[in-house]
Formats: sequence, structure tokens, C-alpha cells
Amino acid sequence: MLPYPHRHLLALQGLEPPYIADLLDLAESYALLNRSGKTQRDLLKGQTLINLFFEDSTRTRTSFELAGKRLGADVINMSVSTSSVNKGETLLDTASTLNAMHCDLLVVRHAQSGAPALLSQKVDAAVINAGDGTHEHPTQALLDALTIRRHKGQLENLTVAICGDVLHSRVARSNIHLLTTMNCRVRVVGPPALIPSEVERLGVEVFHDMKAGLAEADVVMMLRLQKERMAGGLVPSAREYFRFYGLDAAKLAHARRDAIVMHPGPMNRGVEIDSAIADDPARSVIGEQVEMGVAVRMAVLDTLSRNMRRNARL
Amino acid sequence: MTPMRDTVFVNARLIDPEAGLDAPGSLLVSRGVIADHGGALGIPEGAEVVECGGAVLAPGLIDLRAALGEPGAEYRETIESAAEAAAAGGITTLCALPDTQPALDDAALLQFVLRRGEATGSLSILPYGAATKGCAGKEISEFGLLREAGAVAFSDGSRAIAEARTMRLALSYARAFGTFVVQHPEEPSLARGGVATEGELATRLGLPGIPPAAEAMMVARDIALARLTRGHVHFAHVSTAAALDLIRAAKAEGLAVTCDTAPPYFDLNETAIGDFRTYAKLSPPLRREADRLAVVAALADGTIDAIASDHQPADPDDKRLPFAQASAGGTGLATLLGITLARVHGGDLSLTDALALLTCRPARLLGLETGRLARGAPADLLLFDPERAWKVEAGKLPGKAQNSPFDGRALEGRVLGTWKAGRRVFG
Repeated sequence: MLPYPHRHLLALQGLEPPYIADLLDLAESYALLNRSGKTQRDLLKGQTLINLFFEDSTRTRTSFELAGKRLGADVINMSVSTSSVNKGETLLDTASTLNAMHCDLLVVRHAQSGAPALLSQKVDAAVINAGDGTHEHPTQALLDALTIRRHKGQLENLTVAICGDVLHSRVARSNIHLLTTMNCRVRVVGPPALIPSEVERLGVEVFHDMKAGLAEADVVMMLRLQKERMAGGLVPSAREYFRFYGLDAAKLAHARRDAIVMHPGPMNRGVEIDSAIADDPARSVIGEQVEMGVAVRMAVLDTLSRNMRRNARL
Repeated sequence: MTPMRDTVFVNARLIDPEAGLDAPGSLLVSRGVIADHGGALGIPEGAEVVECGGAVLAPGLIDLRAALGEPGAEYRETIESAAEAAAAGGITTLCALPDTQPALDDAALLQFVLRRGEATGSLSILPYGAATKGCAGKEISEFGLLREAGAVAFSDGSRAIAEARTMRLALSYARAFGTFVVQHPEEPSLARGGVATEGELATRLGLPGIPPAAEAMMVARDIALARLTRGHVHFAHVSTAAALDLIRAAKAEGLAVTCDTAPPYFDLNETAIGDFRTYAKLSPPLRREADRLAVVAALADGTIDAIASDHQPADPDDKRLPFAQASAGGTGLATLLGITLARVHGGDLSLTDALALLTCRPARLLGLETGRLARGAPADLLLFDPERAWKVEAGKLPGKAQNSPFDGRALEGRVLGTWKAGRRVFG
């Protein structure tokens, strides 16, 4: 196993295949450990993990909290109000506060793209990006990849369709980087207003028609459509969106018969996904994604803390 | 006060872009004006002699566009600190943007800025009058009274005059007072929320984009309004090939259309914002390489009338923020000449043409008597060594504001001295 080459996990863009494979292998071992009911509480013993969330997210925060606790870290959750007038000052002031607390691992979620990167320049801790604006959400893409690999046996040469609001999705960007790096054929499917400019230069194929985009896909990854997008006029109405871009049985029939359906959650049932699909145990792996989330985060925490110890020795 | 001694600059390379002069010689300054220049001047008794050692003696630079922190944002920069940076950059005349706090939409406020400029003793500050009251884009301001008070022209600064009707009124009304309107060419509804040029890089960084067409669209509209009103529109910091093509065509048509650009748009491209570098966050945003090359071409073919610093001071607290929340703009006074000379060293512009864009061409646009080495003109002078190397280091630049997008850039061409009305103000 190659030592992971960075101090932080801020983005998947540029991370080379062997490091991704190592993280997934380690996560796989944690998935098995978690299922066996055993724990490894000595690994991060005495280390402090702070969940610093500038944006609400019960799911991701809980997942990191559980991952940290299963490895024996002291986990502290900090929610910072985003309504405070001077957000920027809060960010860098927070950095000095965290340094004073001797935090070892810092998990950051922020509504602004690049905020964790900015914070990482100022804190002593290893920073894990838990979602920044519309930039990246690396651990989500890792858990998605692990889920895919468990079902399909590999990542190489699979066709993955990422569908919906790609423009505002950090999940989509991290998945595009990871999956193209691992030689998947990646498609993005959505209405033109929700497809980012020149996204094809990230190595994906663009579709505006769900049936064409889903044709022969091995994996169908749905994205959450936020209500503000409709208020912003990018989508005329929820019913029109569901009619053309919502995943239902008719559209899914164009994908491969064994295609799996994924969603990063939380779902808008009846907007981007039909409940019958979301709850179909034969197709939906949404529950398993959540389970893999804990395993992937354990692998990331383990990897970064090993790195820190190695660097401290050097 | 003792009467000013005469000054003789000897062993200079005299460059006066307006006269097409580029020759070794001497220049005599008497009572603050250029008394004479030529190959062999005598040295009057008691005159101070400045040995130029073959360095270039040229007119002091005229900066068509700079935002100052005063009034309203003195924590970013004061007029005094801007004057210090300007003198170090060889700038002797600077046109200040009116979108201060409060905006320069009132004769008394405008005169305040003029007086603060005079008090520096080193820099003529020519304020733009606010084109609309409060630079809010609704009602046009008192062009006549502001012009009498000294407004050099009219603009809403870094805000676009968005409504076509308002712009039409401003252009036609400006004609009555023999002046022009400076537009920040960006269609605001298309640019809203955007912080970087739309495209692959913005997509990768997850930053909301501004399509480059937002610039061309506003330029096209205002050219149509210039045709309609026969008014004079000036486009500031033009940064895209499409907009420059429109301006080139409008000039060929004989319309009163002029424009400037700023050093970032011919020296940097959008990749400078990689890794969320907020010091390279500008408005308009840095463009892709093809647009940068188009700006260079438009400098060379004369489509662009002037190079302005587009100076926008910011405090570290304005910049050490997540990218979308950081303020836009970079300092530009101390680097105006050096970055321009990089295009000379790169072979894109002759030294004379480059200096023309910084001296006589903006002077002509503004109707100033400076910007040339004419006998009888004010002795606003710049002495520089076009080859001397230096490095831009944010934190060590003259003046208060240090938010340079060029931090770390190695340059050739250094100001050795600056004179305002015959008095040495730098070097």
C-alpha cells in the first residue's frame, strides 16, 4: 500500500487510481468489520475529531461521528450558524480556535466552494472536506464507488449515468473525477440549465434525454433537486421535472436489467425519483450507500491519521 | 517658499509617443514646465542636473481608471497611500472612480476628492462624476454641475449602467457637456451571482460562472445607443475577443466609441484563480487564453485606446474568504508600467506604442495637456530603466493595499524616478 500523498482530503480531482483503490480496499475491510460487530477502538485513541458543520447535514455528520467513535477518537460536533453577518471572519477565527484546541482531524462542511481548502491553510489538523458548495464531496464519491464495486465486482468499464441537477452538485463533481479516473464511462443526464458549462471536458458524455442517457447503463445515480432551483427558474415546475427527468420504471427500463439505482440522499420522492424505485430492494442500493458511508469515513480517518503519525516521525 | 530650481535631465533616452520621438538627449524643466528638450542643451547656471544614464525619460503615466478607498473605505486605502503607490509606479495623473461611499454624485464631494488629490502634491486626481445618483443606475446625476466642479467624465464605476433607457439618457446628455460615459460592460442579469468565467475551470472549482457573452452583449447594446444618440461611450477593462471585435467594427463605422483594458487581461488568464486564489478574483473575471491573446492583438492594432491600472484596493480581510465571498479586484498602480513592458519584451508592442497607451492616448481622450514632452507642457515626467529586473511581492508594494494579482511575477522595467510639475516625487 502506497502512503496517501496528501495531508488533507479536500478533493478527488487529481487523486491517482492506486490511492483511490487503496482507500476503497481499506473501506471494504471496515465494512466487513462493521458487519461482524467488532470495533477497533484503539486506532484513533486520544485523537480529537471535530465535525465542523457550517451547513446542516444530519446524515454526513452522523456518519463521520460514528466512524470516528468506532476507531476510538474523541468526537466533537460543532455547528456554526451561517446566519452570522461576517461568515468569513467566523471561518478564520474558527481556525485559530481549533488550533488552540489541538484538534487532530477536522471534518468540514461549508456552503462555499473552496472553504475547506482555505481552512486547511490555517489549521494544524488534517482537513476532510465533507462537502463544499458546488465543488466536491469526496467521501460521498468514495462510498458510492465502494457500493458500486461491491455490486459489480469492479469499476473499470462500467457505464454510470449521473442524472439531475449536475450544475449544483458537489456529489456529481466528485463522482465524475473518481469514476473517470477509474475508467468508468460516465454520462451526465439532465436539462441543459442544470448541466455545467463544458462538463464534457471532465471526460463525461452529456445527455438531455433520460432514455438515451440511461441506455445500457450499469449504474443510475440520481441527484437531489433542490427546491431553490425551481424558485430560481432553472426548472419550470416539479411535475415537468419528474415527467422528463424523474426516475420511474419506464425510464429505468432503458438501463441494463441488472442496473443498480443510487441516491446520495435525502431524496425528494416524486421529484427526482419514484418511491417504487427508491424502495425496490432489487434495484435500489440507497440503504447500502449509507452503510458504506461509515466504512469509507473510517478508512479516510485511518489513512489521514496514519499519514500524520508517519509525517511526525519523519 | 524658495523658487524652484531649474532641472536638466542629461543622458536620457527621450521618448514622446505623441511626437514619435525616441532619441538620446536632454530635457530642461523650468518653473514646473518643460522648457526645452533636444540633443544638446546647455545647462543653465544653478540648475539641478539629473544624470539619466541612458534610461528612458517619458511623460508621466495617465491612469484612466482607479478606485480609491477614499471616501468610505479608508481601511483599504487612503488617497495619500494611493498617491505613494502611483508615484512609485510612474503615474502622475489618475482618474478616480466615483462609486465610493458616498458616491461622487455631488459637486461638493467631487471637489473634496480633487482637493485631497492636490494635497498629495504628487498626483493629479481627476474624479469621474457618478453617471447616476448614488451610482444606483436609476436617475442620471447633474452632469453640468459636476463637470463644472471638475468631473473628468461620467461612470458608475464597477457597476454597469444596466437600463438601456438610463444609458441612452446619459450618453445624449453627456454630449451637451462635451464629455463621455464610461461603462463597465457586463450585462448584470446574465452575470448575476457569477464569480469566474463560465467554462471548464469554473465547473471544476464549483464556482458560479459568468458567460463571456455578458461583456459582448453590453458592448453591442451600448454601441447601438451610441449610434442612436451620437454620444461617446467608453468601455472600461475590455477583456474578451467578442467585445473587441464589436468595438473594432464600431470604430470603423466612425462612431464615438473608445475603450481601455487593464494589465491582468493581457498578462493573466483564468488559470490564475486555480486553487481558489482570491487575489486573482477580478471584475470582469480573468478570461481564457484565447481572450487574453485577443486583448494583446487589440493593443497592437490600436483598437484599445488606453491601458488603465484598474486599481481596486482591498484589505486582507476582504480577500481571505471563500472565493465567492471575497471581494473582486486587484491593486495595479505600482505594476502598471512593468506589466505593460512585459508585452514590449514579449515582442507584441513597440516601446513607443506601449507608452502611448499609458500617456498621450488617454491624454487625448481626456483633453489633457500632459502626457507628452511638449515645450510648455507641465513637467510630469517618468524616468525608467526598461531592462531592470524586479519581482512583484505582495506585502512589499508601495502604498497600503497589497492585493496584487501579480504576486511573485518577475518583471523587467523599473521606475527610477517620477516628477510632478517638475518636482521629484519618487526615486
